[in-house]
Order: sequence, then structure tokens, then C-alpha cells
Amino acid sequence: MKNAKGRLVELSTDFLDKEKLSVLDDYIQGIEDKEGSLIHVLHKAQSLFGYLPENLQLHVARKIDLPAAKVNGVVSFYSFFTQEPRGKHTISLCMGTACFVKGADKIFKTLKDQLGVANNKMTEDGLFTLKDIRCVGACGLAPVLMVDDKVYGHVKAEDIETILNKYRDEEDSNGH
Amino acid sequence: MAIVKAKINGIDVEVASGATILEAARTIGVHIPTLCHLNLEGFGIVNKVASCRACVVEVEGRMALAPSCAEKVTEGMVIKTDSLRAITGRRMAIELLLSNHPQDCLICPKNLECELQALSQEMGVREIKWTGEKMDYPIDRTSASLVKDPNKCIMCRRCETMCNEVQTVGVLSGINRGFDAVVGPAFNLDMEHTACTFCGQCVAVCPTGALTEINDVGKVWRALNDESKHVVVQVAPAIRVAIGELFGMAPGSVTTGQLASSLRRLGFDAIFDTDFAADLTIMEEASELVHRIEHGGKLPMLTSCCPAWVKFFEHQFPDMLDIPSSCKSPQIMMGSMVKTYYAKKTGIDPENVVVVSIMPCLAKKAEAARPELAKDDLNNVDLVLSTREYGAMLHEAGIQFDVLPEGDFDQLLGESTGAAVIFGTTGGVIEAAVRTAYEWLTGEELERVEFTQLRGLEGIRSASVKIKDLEINIGIAHGLGNARKLLEDIRDGRSHYHAIEIMACPGGCIGGGGQPYHHGDMDIIKKRQEAIYAEDRSKVRRKSHENEALKVLYEDFLGAPYGQKAHDLLHTHYTAREKI
Repeated sequence: MKNAKGRLVELSTDFLDKEKLSVLDDYIQGIEDKEGSLIHVLHKAQSLFGYLPENLQLHVARKIDLPAAKVNGVVSFYSFFTQEPRGKHTISLCMGTACFVKGADKIFKTLKDQLGVANNKMTEDGLFTLKDIRCVGACGLAPVLMVDDKVYGHVKAEDIETILNKYRDEEDSNGH
Repeated sequence: MAIVKAKINGIDVEVASGATILEAARTIGVHIPTLCHLNLEGFGIVNKVASCRACVVEVEGRMALAPSCAEKVTEGMVIKTDSLRAITGRRMAIELLLSNHPQDCLICPKNLECELQALSQEMGVREIKWTGEKMDYPIDRTSASLVKDPNKCIMCRRCETMCNEVQTVGVLSGINRGFDAVVGPAFNLDMEHTACTFCGQCVAVCPTGALTEINDVGKVWRALNDESKHVVVQVAPAIRVAIGELFGMAPGSVTTGQLASSLRRLGFDAIFDTDFAADLTIMEEASELVHRIEHGGKLPMLTSCCPAWVKFFEHQFPDMLDIPSSCKSPQIMMGSMVKTYYAKKTGIDPENVVVVSIMPCLAKKAEAARPELAKDDLNNVDLVLSTREYGAMLHEAGIQFDVLPEGDFDQLLGESTGAAVIFGTTGGVIEAAVRTAYEWLTGEELERVEFTQLRGLEGIRSASVKIKDLEINIGIAHGLGNARKLLEDIRDGRSHYHAIEIMACPGGCIGGGGQPYHHGDMDIIKKRQEAIYAEDRSKVRRKSHENEALKVLYEDFLGAPYGQKAHDLLHTHYTAREKI
């Protein structure tokens, strides 16, 4: 089925991992107030599947008997939830006031250029997802960039390549 | 009840504890404009999100202006609604909304009916001071009923309240965040691919042009001007008590005669009354009910005239498709009779007959397009106009509806009884059915035809009607959320009803999604209802089975009510659909 923007929407759950789905269903089964636990259920679903594709959202909606639009509304509202697959590492660039004043926008452009992706998208190799985020509370280190939980402070555009290569090298030595 | 005292613009005011500033101001004749706020009094429908800020006022001792629609009056509160700060604040709220609003008012379908436009005028907005990013969303025209233009949405959430809380359909929700926020279906789906019932109540309350109907006026003009086409029109019961409002007539004016004259002037080849088909529906539906009662069939039986209700149960209760009556709706029955009986009688090839319906409803557009209702590859009904669209057509043609002489419908499919007229209001279909079922089951004449216990505007009503030794329990619901409650009772085995009438819109068809906009004034709906009952009282014949033209139809063409041919032409089946 296509959505209003002409993008294909997959609503069948046939393509979801059966094992993960049954773990999720068991989790939902154990909750008493199902409707009131939507956010918990979505957390669980995202931790299992890595992201919340449309068919998974629909599955959750039907399991807890809420309209799919409502579930989609919650998923699309909270920045913690993602509807796109995420890379192995999430690069979060702070766009809070202090970081922005210190040139976060230039660093963001460098990141987009070097990774070849737009905001909230995953790189082709599946290694990174790029995200802009709001203040992380480390304004003294502005501009701040995080890769997963590791914080990089006082980042300059010319540092980006070195930081990215660290993770690329790690991946090479681990897997290949 | 506790009373709180406050001052508004220097005037003392006393209100019950819990009243809002807006409500308090109204008691002393102080007008505060509102936009997102919606309170459909008497129907229990309230949208109170305080998102638009068009109603802000100054409260002494506070830094920020307060939204008067949501802020409660507290003891000793000093409020100013007419200070420069309050007036400027309200104007700025409108200016900010306009900074991101298309400025195509002149050609917008909501032109002169738009509440944002009216407020802009009321607030004296003469320039839009800010230029910012504009929304750019595709316009959804996928369904036969609705146009959804998110670019004109001001996020008032009225539609969301109607869709979720009132109708419990759950198709519309706020999606995304900040500037990207939009009200729409899950995953940005087309309306056509959702569980939308097309009841049109979102359209009825949308303050702007974000939700409007698919406009078919042009197609009707083309059909009327096509020499090869024989264009037949039908008008639903609820039109005659509402359309006058579009021509400055008082709400509740009964304009049946003007309606017939206006159709004649536009040049329709035959002018029929959906009321005839409503009488026909009663013949079939009452027969079905009597059949179910006498043969131990499935009870309760639910009415099936309302296409939004039909689509609702197909999506929401797909396991209960055997409960509603199999009767097609009056609109479709009329279409079916025009393309068979009328075509045969007049010798006109049904291929060249175009059936146009004028309906108070947007779901009737989608209903006419349902494939299973086509017969021999011919639609029963070809084109459907809402009351508003028909009014627009008359305006285009320069027909002054309010001063038209009274005319008549054409014979054959134009006669109707009082029982048919009341189809236009909640409680009317079942009352009409009872009038006929009573005489059929008892063999006695029914003297007092008015079953007042079935009337009113309560969301769910129930009554018992004694027919001989049988106590018939009747349920009535209007608004799909109320319908849901009755259906859940049936599913759980808690229902004691024999028959249930359901209409999707608050008030029934008089409050339909295609009717002239009520702009939150529900007295209009009440007046339309009074007019419906007045029209019923004015009729000589008030029971469907007394319709003389209908008797001829059965004798000449259909055979027995609920018989083989009637089944073929007047009954349908339902399809289980997904809930999304």
C-alpha cells in the first residue's frame, strides 16, 4: 500500500522476525493496563527490533487495542523512537544553543558530507545513523558530538574524519 | 454549588465554581473570539485543547495572557478582555496562524464559511508581519467523500476529537512534532485506505479548508447539459429542513416545495423524493424484522440506512456482519428502482439514465461508489451532492431559493408518507418501522402514530413498545461512539433489544457531514429536528405501507416485500474490513 507521499507502506507482519515478535507478545500479555502502557511496549519493541517499522507499530496497535494513528502519533512524537533502521553506531550532534553558537551547523554539514546521509538516516554500510539532538547538558564542551554513549567535546570539523575512522577501523578488525 | 466572584472589564461577575473565563464573559454579554474551542452543547461534545490562543485575555497579576476557553475563574480574579494587550495578543495569535497559511481564500472551498477568515476580519488583521517556512503537503483526494488538505490545518484538533472521542473511529491523530506536526491517518496513509467511515463529522467541525468534501457540482452540470443523458434526481429527507439556511432562511424552515421547484428549474428530467425510498426501506426492513422475530432469526436487528455506520461495523465489528439488516439504504434503493422499474416504465435505456442524489451526508458519496451495489455494471446512483454543494449549484444558477413558489415531486417515485420524513432524524427510522410493524403484527389500525418515547437527542435511548402480547425492546444510538457501546453489549450477550437504530452523525442526518455548517450552534440541529416532526404531522399518510405509489410498485414490479425480486434489487451484503 502506498501512503500519501507515494512511499510504499508495509503493513503485513509476515516479514517481522517471528521469535522477536513472540517475545514482544509475551511481554504485552503480561501487562495489566495495556492501553496505559503504550510507551513501555514501544520501548520493548524497539529494543527487540532496533527500530519501529510501520508493520510493527500496527501489530502493537492491534495487540493493545489502540488506533494505529495514535500509536504512530506517539512513535513520531518522541525522538527516542525511530521508524527507520538504525546503524550500529548512532552519531548524535548537539544542536542546542551553546553548540549552535560554537558552529555545530558546520560540523553537521561535514558529517552529512562525509557519511553521505541526511539527518536521521543510516549510512549505506549500516555502520552509522546521524541524528541532531537538543542540549545534552555539556555546554562547557560545546560543540558536543556523541557516538553512542561516548562524548566528544570541543569538536572541530577537521576532527570528524579521525573520529569516524576509529569506528570504521574497529569494524574492519572485528568482522573482516 | 459554590459560587466564585470576579471582575471582567470592571464588571462584577458571579459564576459557578469551575466555569471558564469564556463562559463567565458570556454571562455578561462580553464576546471573546474562539477558534480551536468547540462545545457542542446538548451533545456532550467538547474540544478544549487551548492550542490556538485566539481567546487570550489579561489576568491581573499574571505575566502571560491566559486562554479564556480553558482558564477557570478563581475568586477575586480581575480579568481584562478589552485591554490593548489582550486585543494585540489575540490578533498576534491569528497573524501567526496566517504566517503559515495558504492565502488562496478567494478560491478556497471554505471561502465565507472559514472561521479563521472570519476571525482575521474580526481581529482587524491587515498584514501578515512574518514570513516563514510554509507547509507543503500533498492534498488527499483519494476517497469519494473527503478532501484533506493539511496545508490549511491549524492544529485545532477538532477533527481528532470527533474522530476519536465522539465517533471512536480513530483514524485521525496528531503525527510528528513541531513544524512537521500534522493531523492525519497512521503512516500517512490515504484516507481511502483507512477505517474512515466518511461520516464527515471532521468536515462539519473543521474551522478552515483543511477538511472539505469532494466537489461533484461540475459533473452534475455536465450531466444536465448532456443531451444523451436522462438525469433523474432524488433528495433525502433531511435536506428540506436545512437547505433554507444557505439562503438566509431561519433554521428549521421546511422547504419541501421550494426544493422540488428548484430542481425543476435546474432542468432535471425527473424529480423524485428519497422519502419514497424510505417508505420502501420500511416495507423491506419491517418485513425482515417480522421475519426474524417469527422465525427465530438473529436479534437484535440493526438498521442499515446509514453508510457511515455500515462502514464502521465492517471495520470495527467484522465478526458481527449478520446483525444489521440486509436492506440497502434508501438512496441506493431509489437508484435501483430508477434504473430498473422507472427505466422499464418509461422505456428509457438505463445506460442513459444518470441518477443524482442530494444528500446531507458525505458517506453517501462513498456508498454510491461501492462496487457490490452496482447492478449489471450500472451504478445504482451515479453522482452525489451534499446539501452544501446543491446550495452552491443554485447560487451559481442564480436561483433565489427562499422566494421560489412551491412545487411537487414527480409521480411514480415521488410520493411519500410522514414515516419517511422522520428518517432524517435520530429515532425516526425505528419509529417509522414500528408504525408499520405494529399494524402488520396486530392486524389493527394504529391510531396514535407518534411514539414520543423514541424521540429526543440523548446519545443512547431505549424504549419498549407493546405490540399485542409482544414487548418489543428498541435501542437507538446516534454518534458512532454510542453505537459502539450498544454493539459491545450485543457481543458480550448483554443486549435485550429486538431492534436498534443507528445513525453515525450527532442528531442523525439533520446533523450530517454534508449539511450547512452549524459553526457550533447546536440549536440549529434542534430546530431541524422540530421541522422534521412538523413535516411528518403535516402529512395525510404517516405510515409507510399506506404509500399508494409504493403499493403499485410492489403489485406491478417487485412482487412481495422481502421476496425474491426485492432481495435481488433491494438487499445487499457486507464485507469484513481491516481496522487501521
